[in-house]
Amino acid sequence: MWAERARLATRTVGEILITLGVTLFLFCAYQLFYTNVVADDAMRAEVSDLHKQWAVQTPAPRTAVPKTPGPFDSADSQGRAGAAFAILHIPRLGDKSIPVVEGTSLDLLSRGVGHYKDSVRPGRVGNFAVAGHRKTHGEPFRYLDEMRAGDLIVVETADTWYTYRTDRDPFIVDPTDLAVVAPVPDHPGRKPTQALITLTTCNPWWASTERMIVTGTLVAQQPRSKGTPPALTVNAPKFQ
Amino acid sequence: MYAFLWRHIPGPVYVKVLVAATAVALIVVLLFGWVFPWVEPLMPFSGNTVSQ
Repeated sequence: MWAERARLATRTVGEILITLGVTLFLFCAYQLFYTNVVADDAMRAEVSDLHKQWAVQTPAPRTAVPKTPGPFDSADSQGRAGAAFAILHIPRLGDKSIPVVEGTSLDLLSRGVGHYKDSVRPGRVGNFAVAGHRKTHGEPFRYLDEMRAGDLIVVETADTWYTYRTDRDPFIVDPTDLAVVAPVPDHPGRKPTQALITLTTCNPWWASTERMIVTGTLVAQQPRSKGTPPALTVNAPKFQ
Repeated sequence: MYAFLWRHIPGPVYVKVLVAATAVALIVVLLFGWVFPWVEPLMPFSGNTVSQ
């Protein structure tokens, strides 16, 4: 009798363990493939929405009467949270168009790269800082370590193309090093004089013990009406 | 466990297979749609932003 029971118990434990194993396997499939499928779809949708939106709305001229800012509404933090407002092109990493959404919470980063809310808008004097996934959820910055000093980064907005040039190879900081996204990197509080871009992502792959940083300086800008900037039409070096 | 469940699905074998397959599919959808997205932020490989 007890032998029968023991066999049943052993079998049940075995089946539960197998079930757990299968579930973990499914979780891997979810992380490795499914999140990328969903995020790639979402990013494509964001990019095509932006293009449609920009095609319809004739951008307001720069000289239009500026909206009077509220007390908490600096030029740096306008835009609805979660709304995509720009498209990032990094020739070194391929032809992928990466939407930039307002805010850096995890749910937003599955639809593009996130704009640090207190950093400036693209092209402005200060630091335009964005965060992106290194792995999973579309992994827009998967190969960020392949960037080299001198590589170009193009930001497309409703009315302008901004071209930044990276000043140095990617480097590593602590996850708590907020100074890299300050208006003047490493000198929080200092008044900015240059228009910079900062890309942040996890390092190493699959972990978040460090942050990988790429920085660049604005070198050119042209209105959308002038067409694609040279940075996107010349044959830039690719890592692959 | 599975033998027990199998015995308790009513009907002939092909109905049992159908019911079991549907149940598995439902569980997978539940996992991918709700359980995994909920577990994910608790995993250590998704922190991207520089923050405190």
